[in-house]
Amino acid sequence: MSLHSLPADEPSIVRIVPTGGWTSLRLKEVWTYRELLYFLIWRDVKVRYKQTVLGAVWAILQPLMTMLVFTIFFGRLAKIGSDGLPYPIFSYAGLLPWTFFAQGLSQSSASLVSSSNLIKKIYFPRLVIPISAVLGGLVDFAIAFVVLIGMMVYYGIRPSAAIAFLPILLLLVIATTLGAGMWLSSLNVEYRDVRYVVPFFVQLWLFVTPVIYPSSRVIVKLHELGLPSWIYGLNPMVSAVEGFRWALLGTGWQPGSVLVASCAVTILLLISGAFYLRRMERTFADVV
Amino acid sequence: MADFAIRVQGLGKQFQIGKRRRSYKTVRETLVDVPRRLIQRLTSRGRESERETIWALKDVSFEVAPGEVIGIIGHNGAGKSTLLKILSRITEPTVGFAETRGRVGSLLEVGTGFHLELTGRENVYLNGAILGMQRSEIAKKFDEIVAFAEVETFIDTPVKHYSSGMYLRLAFAVAAHLEPDILIVDEVLAVGDARFQRKCLNKMQSAGQQGRTVLFVSHNMPAITRLCERALLLDAGLVVKDGPAPEVVSHYLSTGLGTTAAREWSDPDEYPGRHVVKLCAVRVKSEDGRITDAVDVRRPVRIEMEYEVRKEGFKLMPHFSFSNEEGVTAFSVNDPDPALREPRPLGRYLSTVRIPGDLLAEGTMFVSAGISAIDPFVKQFFVRDVVAFQVIDRTDDELGRGTVTKYMRGVVRPLLKWETELLSAETSAAIQAKANT
Repeated sequence: MSLHSLPADEPSIVRIVPTGGWTSLRLKEVWTYRELLYFLIWRDVKVRYKQTVLGAVWAILQPLMTMLVFTIFFGRLAKIGSDGLPYPIFSYAGLLPWTFFAQGLSQSSASLVSSSNLIKKIYFPRLVIPISAVLGGLVDFAIAFVVLIGMMVYYGIRPSAAIAFLPILLLLVIATTLGAGMWLSSLNVEYRDVRYVVPFFVQLWLFVTPVIYPSSRVIVKLHELGLPSWIYGLNPMVSAVEGFRWALLGTGWQPGSVLVASCAVTILLLISGAFYLRRMERTFADVV
Repeated sequence: MADFAIRVQGLGKQFQIGKRRRSYKTVRETLVDVPRRLIQRLTSRGRESERETIWALKDVSFEVAPGEVIGIIGHNGAGKSTLLKILSRITEPTVGFAETRGRVGSLLEVGTGFHLELTGRENVYLNGAILGMQRSEIAKKFDEIVAFAEVETFIDTPVKHYSSGMYLRLAFAVAAHLEPDILIVDEVLAVGDARFQRKCLNKMQSAGQQGRTVLFVSHNMPAITRLCERALLLDAGLVVKDGPAPEVVSHYLSTGLGTTAAREWSDPDEYPGRHVVKLCAVRVKSEDGRITDAVDVRRPVRIEMEYEVRKEGFKLMPHFSFSNEEGVTAFSVNDPDPALREPRPLGRYLSTVRIPGDLLAEGTMFVSAGISAIDPFVKQFFVRDVVAFQVIDRTDDELGRGTVTKYMRGVVRPLLKWETELLSAETSAAIQAKANT
């Protein structure tokens, strides 16, 4: 059962007509469904922690283990530089936004299909589904963040004023994840190949993002080739990962043209993803 | 402002049959499909539009006044569910429009979004939010919901430990405490025990009395006539009849579209059948011989057909088949009596088949009845879905089905004998270990 249309005092008329092509996003309506959004996030988090033996420990274990492996193989054996920082904290600070992105992407790309029972029985703005899938990752992120604070204390790293940029960078990660997630989840309804593509896609994306290595090495190479550094920023996760290190650990990274390019790509991804989802939405209930 | 709660005009919904059968595609299919379609379009113009489509709804128009309680009846596949889905905004119409005035609550399924891992309390909040209630609203009604569902002691237990009855009661209780201006209800009352069904019907009735508009789809004709003043009859996507509920229901039943526990033809000229044998009546009866439209899943049920043999000298074999709401045939039975191999004298006959308890699955069973002449085989009549009855599981806490609490899949649900014996006290690992030493 679902209640559509708004306040109870004034009976509003809802007109149900066939629509076609690109339609408005109706973000105002998404806002009126914020409680549903909250409960869906709450359900996902609660169920995840209830069903797994280790519960919240997973949120820490995953980036921590990855960091250990990276430190041993890339930091010690391959001796990849880390902009003068201890390699463990260098990679962990990068893994924080990366893990959020990778998990958010795989969760959200499957979200519409796995919510088919809701979609077939209840009306609500479908945008709520991928949004909740992405935002659910914030809990894990927050837990993993506590570990980073511990590491910063251990290594005696004091954040500079740049830390004020952290919320903006977090917003960038969320928006990038959501933008890509909306595209992939809508495509997944129509083409079920998507779920096989996503893990592969995430893996490739990791290698073009400076999680393991510092972006300075890539930018030097770009300059050698006579290319501007903002090209690297076309991958928004470059700015997210380097931005996190800069804001928290104070690396020499400058949030210039790279960040601008990333923001532009993210905004484009977000808007186009939302419109694409809205366009495909009308057939979801018949197809899913 | 116009004085209506729901207004529907020229509403139609088209489905592509192919799309319906295989809903999603793979990229490969699209890659193959696009060039093929292009070639098709070049070689034979206009073919494209002839791809097979069906109209689930065609040119449906009606208006519902605020406070009206309206029933929607019709055969499976008549378009009832599609209509509800459009009014609930789950799917879009292909043509026409519908308007709803005020908050719409649509209850197409009980317990949508319930999560087995969560407790009863958590599910009430979650389900309430899914149904569109505000958190404060749920908190205010929480005690009332729990009391209505009669699950007070288990409210902090995960619902995976609930019996199917408790689960259903809790799910319905949340839905029943919504207070929309327009309530759209699909056949959700077909489940649950009789007492709880009555409680739900009463709750809906009081919703109507409070000035709420109710749109109610059901196969349960007595419920329709009791709850609704007006009814719409849909057939093959069209509104066939619109009027006072008792009138529409009796029209539905008399035209043979309806489902009822007993069907009797009053006019001998209208008996279905060829010249040899004609059908007079089909009835569903309980063990004690009363006509019934609902049977307990564990009790036997009798189906009888009354017919007249009007021409002598034929060997006749009565036949019933049983199908569920999805139109899946559960099973068919022929009378294997050797006496049938003798030519049948003239007269009026009654053939009864007894279906044991613990065989049928929960839900609606549609019965089709027929008689064929054998050697040579000539079908005399076969009346599809001539009667129907509900198979109801006991949903009180004392379980009817051992310790199985959840909904069981399948078109039948036989109670079968199991045997488990201990073959050897030794496991193969132990045997292997012994062999190695």
